[in-house]
Amino acid sequence: MSDFDDLYREIILDHYRSPRNRGELETPPAVRAEGFNPLCGDEIVVYIDVDDDGVITDVAIGGQGCSISQSSASMMSAAIKGKPVDEARRLIAAFKGLMSIHETDIGGDGTEAEQGISLSLDNTDDMSLGDLEALKGVVKFPVRIKCATLGWNTLAEALDEARPIQ
Amino acid sequence: MSLPVDIKRDFPVLQQSFHGHPVVYLDSGNTSQKPQAVIDAMAHYYEADNANVHRGSYELAVRATAALEDARAKVGRFINAPAANEIVFTKNATEAMNLLARSWGSANLAAGDAVVISEMEHHANIVPWHMLAAERGIELRWIPVDGNGHLDLTDLDRLLDGAKLLSITAMSNVLGTLNDIPRLAEAAHAADALLAVDASQYVPHVATDVQALGADFLVFTGHKMLGPMGIGVLWARAELLDAMPPFLGGGEMILQVTKEGFTTNEIPWKFEAGTPMVAEAVGLGAAIDYLEALGMDNVRQHEVELTAYAMRKLTEDHGDKITIHGPSEPSERGGVLSFVFRGEAGEVHPHDVAQVLDQSGVCVRAGHHCAKPLMTVLGANATSRASLYVYNDESDIDTLSAALSAADELFAF
Repeated sequence: MSDFDDLYREIILDHYRSPRNRGELETPPAVRAEGFNPLCGDEIVVYIDVDDDGVITDVAIGGQGCSISQSSASMMSAAIKGKPVDEARRLIAAFKGLMSIHETDIGGDGTEAEQGISLSLDNTDDMSLGDLEALKGVVKFPVRIKCATLGWNTLAEALDEARPIQ
Repeated sequence: MSLPVDIKRDFPVLQQSFHGHPVVYLDSGNTSQKPQAVIDAMAHYYEADNANVHRGSYELAVRATAALEDARAKVGRFINAPAANEIVFTKNATEAMNLLARSWGSANLAAGDAVVISEMEHHANIVPWHMLAAERGIELRWIPVDGNGHLDLTDLDRLLDGAKLLSITAMSNVLGTLNDIPRLAEAAHAADALLAVDASQYVPHVATDVQALGADFLVFTGHKMLGPMGIGVLWARAELLDAMPPFLGGGEMILQVTKEGFTTNEIPWKFEAGTPMVAEAVGLGAAIDYLEALGMDNVRQHEVELTAYAMRKLTEDHGDKITIHGPSEPSERGGVLSFVFRGEAGEVHPHDVAQVLDQSGVCVRAGHHCAKPLMTVLGANATSRASLYVYNDESDIDTLSAALSAADELFAF
């Protein structure tokens, strides 16, 4: 598969034309965060509802932008729904690792990201284990990495507001 | 066409291929490619004429100083400035606008004073004024843009009433709209306001005469007119420059420095602190030589014809799927073509358009083009933009149009 075909894999186009979890949630009790990509004008709005046990009971995604930013946010929403906040945070680090971004400040010393956290096997939503892997092709187009991570960075902000890191 | 048929050969970057396709460079509004003559002139300066300027007594330093000041005189003639000492070299047009805002602004604008700009301005002609508004409470007024991409001048006199400065683009970098600068100059001066012109897209594409335009200040940049990055120009009338306080402080811009203070050098050097970008000035001079050999009237004519061809061809091939922003009449605009492309299933996002076009070797820009207020007026977060210059021809437009069909196929849901 050429680099270009890698970037625009069918699964990405699927999430782009039928984005999951589109809409809004009432705030409060949900938390809302907004992110912009100044390069190309992408915007993502992330709503999350976190219950008293720290589980993300609902997610909604808004905003507009390119196929990479919107499909990544859509896949993200399916991946975190029903998950505990901690797991969502680890997913963020893992996804950024997929994008070759290794950080040391997401509740750990970075070794988790470097080891490539395996994605949850419990998720029985329409997102399968391989969905996020489809975005691996983005790495070959560095300019698009910010598009792919936009939703995830916005999610991190929303998580910090809902459940600040102690 | 009024330009040499084989003009692409003069531009080394355009001899390349990407993804197996010859490059089709349609992003000159962002930055232009350079002819070999400009590259050679800069290399030659470093090989043969390099020394610091204005301070040496040896032959090499004399040559370096002449290289800089000859370039300055050349720039002055290119825009018909009354004198070469009205040409201030900066890093780029953005820095020139900041020099104007900071130096002229700080001495002439107080809280409540009004500056008039427009909704189609580039951030370089917006943000410095926002900064002054935050810093000293100046009022910013906006000329609106109408549905055809023209300035809506209905309320111009009211907007100018009591204003100190009108600062406006001569050609929009998104819509391509050419604004009627002489008319705006007349209106500004009638209201006792000065006129500043952002000519970054204009000078490279249209024969420029600052005196005929009626401008008091005018900024432009070398890298959009076949010259190198790293050099811009602020032109202003000598009496204005003489009255303005300096911008940056250091060597070159002083006459006398003691422990108590300093006095400033004459213009333009008062505004050129530190070692200047001599090689870049030489490059800009060589770019001007190249453009003058083509003839700016020919440059403009070529662009009007190619813009007309592009608008016709893209509409013929894609019909309702493409909307080109800005004036529909080619003579009222430059070759800056922002467009919206809708595939079968809806708009193809500019970032995706640019990515698909890249696969065919076609270079366009996607984004807000440093004009976010204008994007808000257009109701878009981003547009795709193809911008034409001297080395583009009809085959480039044909390739662009075919590549858009590929985008249509990929995103046909």
